[in-house]
Formats: sequence, C-alpha cells, structure tokens
Amino acid sequence: MKLSYIGNISADSLPQNYTPFFAESVPVGFPSPANDYLETPIDLNQYLIKNQVATFLVKASGDSMINANIGSGAVLIVDRSIKPNHNDIIVASIDGEFLCKRLQLKPRIALIAENAKYQPIFIEQGHELEVIGVVTAAINIYK
Amino acid sequence: MDLLALVDCENFYASCERIFRPDLKKVPIVVLSNNDGCVIARSKESKDFGIQMGAPWFKVKEGFLKSGGQVFSSNFALYGDISSRVMSVLSQMSKKIEIYSIDEAFLDLENLAIESHDAANDFGVYCRNIVKQWVGIPVRIGIAPTKTLTKVASYLAKQQTHYPGIFSITNNQKDIETALKRVPIHQVWGVGRRLNKKLSDSGMKNAYDLACSNIPLIRKKYSVVLERTVRELRGERCLAMDENPAPKKQIVVSRSFANKISDLNTLSPIVNDFGVRACEKLRKEGQLCSKVGVFIRTSPFRTQDRQHQTIKFYTLHQPSDDTRDILSSIRWILPKIFRHGFCYAKAGVMLSQFTDENVLQYELFEQINGARRNNQLMKTLDKINHSSTQVNFASQSKIGFTAMRRANVSPRYTTSWFELPTVN
Repeated sequence: MKLSYIGNISADSLPQNYTPFFAESVPVGFPSPANDYLETPIDLNQYLIKNQVATFLVKASGDSMINANIGSGAVLIVDRSIKPNHNDIIVASIDGEFLCKRLQLKPRIALIAENAKYQPIFIEQGHELEVIGVVTAAINIYK
Repeated sequence: MDLLALVDCENFYASCERIFRPDLKKVPIVVLSNNDGCVIARSKESKDFGIQMGAPWFKVKEGFLKSGGQVFSSNFALYGDISSRVMSVLSQMSKKIEIYSIDEAFLDLENLAIESHDAANDFGVYCRNIVKQWVGIPVRIGIAPTKTLTKVASYLAKQQTHYPGIFSITNNQKDIETALKRVPIHQVWGVGRRLNKKLSDSGMKNAYDLACSNIPLIRKKYSVVLERTVRELRGERCLAMDENPAPKKQIVVSRSFANKISDLNTLSPIVNDFGVRACEKLRKEGQLCSKVGVFIRTSPFRTQDRQHQTIKFYTLHQPSDDTRDILSSIRWILPKIFRHGFCYAKAGVMLSQFTDENVLQYELFEQINGARRNNQLMKTLDKINHSSTQVNFASQSKIGFTAMRRANVSPRYTTSWFELPTVN
C-alpha cells in the first residue's frame, strides 16, 4: 500500500471553532520561530463532513459490508442531503429497520451486501424502501 | 410582493423520536413532561386516539399502551440538536429568520421576489421537502404578507389536502378574505381565552369579522395590541421580524415531585431552585417583576390523602430581576403556606407584574444605591451558568432538576458517542 503524508493532527478531537494557542507571551528568552507559521491543526470534521446539518453518525453492526471496509462497530458518516445514485452505499429503512447496503438501481432495485454470505434484497412492488441518506465515509477504529 | 413564512414543525417532539426509529412510523407516540407527569407532545395517531394535551400520564397510560402506543420521557438533548438543524436549514433559505420557539420560525421571503400564489406554494413545497429529507422532520408552512396572517395560513395548512402542509395567502384582498372566513376567532394569534369570550359575545365569529371591525373602536374598547392584530389581519404589516404581540406576562417554574414531600427542610431548597430558574428566565426576557408567588399542592389524584393547595404572593417594593430579591420573597412566603402533615406533590414559583428593565421608575423614597437592579453579579452568574449550572445559591437545591423520573427516555442519538443509532 502506498501512503502519502497529509499533515499532523492533534490527538484530541477538535472543536469546529478551534483557535490556535500562541505560546509566545513573555518578552524574555528567544521567541519560538514557529509562531510566525502557526496554522490551525487539521480538522477532521472539515474533512469528513460536507453538510453538517444534514449529517448524522450511525454505528454499523454485523459483517454484511465487510468487503466495502465497513467492519462491525465502524462509525458511518451519513449525509441525508445527497441524492442516492446507483452503486452508492446507503442507509435505508425497510420494514421498520435501518440497513446499510449498496444501492442497486438497475437492472432492478435491490440492496446488495458486500459479503457473499448475504443474499441481495430485492425491492418488490408494494414494499417500501426509504433511503435515509448516503454513506460518505466509514471510520474503523483498530486500537 | 413582500411575504413572510411561518415554518412550524409538526408534532415536533414526537417527530424527533421517530427519526431514528423507522419501526415507529405509524405507531402512536406520546412524549411526557419532566418527571413523566403529563403528556406534552403527541403524534397524529395519538391525537386521533383521543389523548389530550396535558393529560396526566397515569390516567391514560393503560389504554394507550394496550392499543400499541409508544411512550417517551422528554429527551431535550435530542430535541435541541434537531431543532438547531432545522433552524440552520431554514436560515439557508432566507436571509432573515426569526426563531420563535424550539419548533417554529418566521422567514422573511422578500429576497425571493415571489410574485404569485403558485410561486409561494412552490417555495413552500421546496422548503418542506428539504427539511424532511435533510433532517427528517415534517414541517407545516404558512405564507402570507403579515405575521398574524402566516399564523392563519399555518392553521389552514393543517386542514387542507391539496398541498399537504402548505397554505399561502397573497396580498390580494379577495384571497385574504376567503382565508379569514375559514378561521374561528379563537384561533387568531393573540386572541386568548378571555378576549375570545368578549369578542364572541359582541357577535364576532371568525377572523374576518374581527378584520372588518372599526379600528378606533377596537383601540378604545380593547387595546392597541388588538388594533395591531386587526391591521395585520387586513394585510398591513405592524409586527416586524423579531417583534411579537406581547411579551410574556408571567413566568412560572414548577414541577411535580417523583417522591412526595412532607417536610419544609426538603421542600424549601427545591422551591428556591425554582426561584433561581425563574429569575434566569426573567433576565433573559429583559423584564423586572414586582410580584412573586409561590404555590404548593398535594396530589389531587391521591384521594386517600388529606388535600391542601394554596398560593401566596409577595409584592416587591421595587421591580427587580435580582435572584436574591426573589429568594428572600420565597423565604418569606413558603413558611407561611406550608402545613405539616400533608404530602406535597407539586410546587412552583410564579413571577408577574413585569416592567421593562429600560423604563423603570424609581420610587420616591427608595435609595438608588439600595436597589440591586441590573447589577454585574447577576450578569456574571448568567454567563457562568449559561450552558449548565456551575454556581449555586446556598439555599438552592442542587438536585431539584436532575433527580427527574425519566423512565422511558430514548438515546441521545446525535449528541453522545455512546448512544449512536445502529444499522445492520
């Protein structure tokens, strides 16, 4: 796997209105040369969430989406404002239950699992499929 | 034409409970007040089932649950977050928005240059769809030239099926007239129970009758406030954004207790706590009060117990918003109304006779430096206690509000990492 460096990030979760702390206060000693280059640390919210008011976090359970790198316990970022397209990973409500699956629109509407163990769910006429939102990211915690 | 919109979340608390519970889509839902005392919100199905607003929970519980209803204790962490999401979506649609309550907002549609009835309805449909899709809350939208008419439109939006949840009244006189004729007088914004009786007695049946009344006569016989209502019903804008018919006339903070209380030492810190909360609200409204009331009562439902209920008032020498003044009034009242040998189930503090803090007149013999109004201490306290209480008055109970009975509370889906909804 090839990795590229994006930047450093502070260990704490960063609030949206994070303001950098200026270490330089007393006019003694040598001022940190870094102070002139101080920038706001990278904000995960900014990276993960495009439309905050329409975004909800949900927790995945089970292994049906394992091939899409969604493990049990992963936190999913669900954006309700995105119009779902063919092949999007979505959260839908069907028969009173929330499911996370890949949406297939053609040749016929179905919810596809990312695990050969599970059969696709075909949406027959008379069944109600409500797409709650599109999954834009999954956060897996390893340690 | 210049139009305003009133956006009102339908059955807001019940709708919030539904967002993360698709299994409850068609199930009747009720939400209970603090301490699970009475019903404060109902889904449409619960209304149809006959559950009344404010019904004591223990009275309707059996029938409601038996019929398959679902009950929730109030979950204000959830409702607050959902409300702020709805308001953010709305503020993206209009450059001026006034948040009127947790589930209502006025929008100024001036910048949208809506020129026809159809265009107004189209905006309504668009707005309703976006809020439903983005946040999951159904809203009702009334569009009209004045605030009072948006309330009329919102009422009519409830009744009609053509455009579900949307009703528009344009500047056209004929349009306004037809709408007003369909609205009973007690549904007009600002017409309370007492005023409704007076107006009905003088022969007015619907909003149109009120709009046709003689304005100088209305001012003489009733008030300038009602005059403004009449003008607004005629389509003349009297209430600007952020301006509403009448500020609150009283503030009440009260609770029923999870466990009945029969001694003064337990009761008084709790009542003091109500006093502190009431003062916080008073200062938020920018008002001063002259009258402090305290009431206590036993449970009227425990017919086997001896009953006692009473209220007593104390009049301040000078209007105040200082918590210390209100607490000393409570200290004076409470021992006088409390009686031994009774099990009290509810108590409350009521502040009334308001004056605007900017128009206070000093009493002739009052020493100005003796007055505690508008002081820095209260401002500082409010700032510190803004999001959660950090500093308490010594006489105030610290558990009064937290020791609540919330047996059926739903998870804090959107505000706690540990309570996220799960998907399979």
